[in-house]
Amino acid sequence: MTPTDTLTVTIERGPAGAETFAVPAYENQTVLDVVSWIQQNADPTLSYRFACRVGMCGSCAMTVGGVPRWTCRTHISKVVKDGAVTIGPLKNLPVIKDLAVDMDPFFDKWIAAEGVHHSGQTRHDPIAPIDAATPARVAADAGIECINCAVCYAACDTVTGNDAYLGPAALQRAWTLLQDDKDTGRDDILDAVSGAGGCHNCHAIGSCTAYCPNDLDPMSAIAGLKRETAKSFFSRGR
Amino acid sequence: MIARAHPLRLAYLLHRLSGLALALFLPVHFWVLALALTDPAELDGFLHMTEAGVVKLAEFGLVFLLAVHMFGGLRLLALDWLPWTPAQKTLAAVATALSFLVACLFLLGAL
Repeated sequence: MTPTDTLTVTIERGPAGAETFAVPAYENQTVLDVVSWIQQNADPTLSYRFACRVGMCGSCAMTVGGVPRWTCRTHISKVVKDGAVTIGPLKNLPVIKDLAVDMDPFFDKWIAAEGVHHSGQTRHDPIAPIDAATPARVAADAGIECINCAVCYAACDTVTGNDAYLGPAALQRAWTLLQDDKDTGRDDILDAVSGAGGCHNCHAIGSCTAYCPNDLDPMSAIAGLKRETAKSFFSRGR
Repeated sequence: MIARAHPLRLAYLLHRLSGLALALFLPVHFWVLALALTDPAELDGFLHMTEAGVVKLAEFGLVFLLAVHMFGGLRLLALDWLPWTPAQKTLAAVATALSFLVACLFLLGAL
């Protein structure tokens, strides 16, 4: 395939400043393809992160034209304006180098929100039957396809303003576990998500839901947590 | 900021900015009300100012701020405390837009 034109791609490289590259434009090209072209042909020192290239692993998210996106499944034609586009690292996370951010705070909050399985059984117990049609299971299913890409976390103004806030992804995971019959950590989850950095920080700005590449709805999941923690507060006093 | 403008974020900004503006207005408002006790003559002078066109315009602004802030708050309460489905949210948005349209028609009729 031969290039049809040239793209002007500005890469925000943190303290090193922004750098602009001329990249050949192809008919079929993702944002990740463009970044890879720069790394392979123009500047081998450019650091970025990706793995699967098919929207499964959640490692390639970047800020593209001011908006957080999964770069491997974003066609360049969707984000280029007048032949130019700016690509930077995700916001709200410390930059390691160039386009690679440190995801540790994101995953630490996942754990802090009790986003882990709380088992009530052992391997010797029979497998509990799960009815896929119960309202709780439907609510859980709506949120479990999260790929941990941190697009919602980077999009969230509340995270920007409050370092302690657990963020949309971690809270949505807590919500799905709360709805899960196999999970026995209800009290732990409610305590974790109603603390200082918990669900009640959410201002329902909705950027998480607007930009989730998998069309999940963390904002509604957090609203669910607000209702559950309030019910728990009025019925149990905590 | 502009790159990430979507309806809910704009609604949030409107709510926040109207709240800030009202917070700035309220102390002045209470101070003027307090003049009724401390200096009735000056209060009268203030009340005469309300006949000026620019003050009337400012009052429109004030009513606008109060309205968007109140409805913004009600919107948040409804959004957080009721388990809406996406379709219901769309219907609610359509209903709000329609009632806003009807209100605008009444306003145009009154002018």
